[in-house]
Amino acid sequence: MKISFSRWLGTISILFGILAWGLIAHLSGLPKFILPSPVDVWTRLLKSLADGSLLYHTSVTLLEIMLGLLVGVTCATVLGYLLAKSRSLEKILSPYLVASQAIPIVAIAPLLVIWLGQGMLSKVVICALIVFFPVLVNTVVGVRAVPPALYDMMNSLRASRWQVMTKLEVPASLPVLLGGLRIGATLSVIGAIVGELVDAKEGLGFLLKVGDFQYDTSMVFVAVMMLVALALSLYGIVTVLEKRFLKWQQTTP
Amino acid sequence: MKPSPILTVKDLSVVFPDSNGGLHALENISFEVCPRDFICFLGPSGSGKTTLLKILASLLQPTTGEINFSGNRRPEVGMVFQQSNLMPWRTVMDNIKLPLELDGVGESEARAKASEMIDLVGLNGFEDSWPRDLSGGMAQRVGIARALIHDPDLLLLDEPFASLDALTRERMWTELSRIWQAKQKTVIMVTHSINESLFLADRVLVLTQRPGKIKLDVEVDLPRPRKDDIRYTPHFGKLARKLRDAIE
Repeated sequence: MKISFSRWLGTISILFGILAWGLIAHLSGLPKFILPSPVDVWTRLLKSLADGSLLYHTSVTLLEIMLGLLVGVTCATVLGYLLAKSRSLEKILSPYLVASQAIPIVAIAPLLVIWLGQGMLSKVVICALIVFFPVLVNTVVGVRAVPPALYDMMNSLRASRWQVMTKLEVPASLPVLLGGLRIGATLSVIGAIVGELVDAKEGLGFLLKVGDFQYDTSMVFVAVMMLVALALSLYGIVTVLEKRFLKWQQTTP
Repeated sequence: MKPSPILTVKDLSVVFPDSNGGLHALENISFEVCPRDFICFLGPSGSGKTTLLKILASLLQPTTGEINFSGNRRPEVGMVFQQSNLMPWRTVMDNIKLPLELDGVGESEARAKASEMIDLVGLNGFEDSWPRDLSGGMAQRVGIARALIHDPDLLLLDEPFASLDALTRERMWTELSRIWQAKQKTVIMVTHSINESLFLADRVLVLTQRPGKIKLDVEVDLPRPRKDDIRYTPHFGKLARKLRDAIE
């Protein structure tokens, strides 16, 4: 009884939140362009689904996110692995890496858009940049945490450099690596939107901006919810990956 | 007539560089090992026992001295460590077949061999268990199976039972002797347990405190197969006394 109830807690909480929002919108008497009611947002959602605009802009943003993640994660794991293996490389590169993190991405996003244009490329790059650091740090931590005794074991069996990497270092650092990817996945959504807000002709960020300019606040709500849905799905995918690849970590039921 | 040795170690010394002239871990170690010998290095902690094994496994280079393996090749070794050193992301089966995987043996052949090894160490039914679900003794059995599966020239044991409780440890001695007799391997083991060395080995070499030198070389002429109660015989007691006196 207790278990089945706690399973529904999340849903109940969401329903309660929507109800509270509806009540506030209704009782406060605020105009629709300041606080739309759940019904307004729902109608707007159906309308934007019907004319195809929502799915189109979502797919643009999703593509930017996916490309950004791909580029960011690839660069971060490769560089992270090299950094983990070479202390001197770490010494050479770490000032730049830390400095790059001191600059908020919002501050350089306009620059990147000027340099790379208002098309997709600038968004992909911003996305990749924001994903890069957490994945890099986790890769370094993960690879360095491989137990030295397991290296001895592999070497006593004359494992090649490649075998040590694929059969020891990758699986051993996978839990930490996926932890980094989990953070990166949610950050990537922010990256794409920041880029689109600076200047874009399509994407959810563009939709947000248009809604804002036209006092179409319901549209802004729809776009924000779509972003939340994107972030949650990406997070969910990483969780599925963790379940799949980290079976050995979970306690047996 | 004694068979010719398969491993000859001559004047082996190891110095680890440090700020005051280097840390002498081993000094002038010389010994020979014949095929199917079970020899044991006995010594207090800090006598360079593990260092010696690491050199034999080519994980470390000696500072001076020579190691000659018959046929002048680098021996294939199987090593069992103090901690079982299993890969937590691999099942028992996959841990055991790792050495074959590294040698590029096909999957079905590797599985068949691993099953044989699982039989040998008595882990039937645990093929698909994760290491975290194994007791210390079981994990060490997996370690032994993994060290033997690729049929190595030398089996190196680095205090394999040190982290087990006393009862499990004694059961593992019997198990190990049985496995050794079944597999006819050349074994080099290091330990700081006198009972362990006498129960298992044909020959015990006592190492001194750092720098490790061979202080005593004792032939263990206890009959095989050895049973638990052999430890209460006068001859066992006499040998144990001799070893005890040699360890300062």
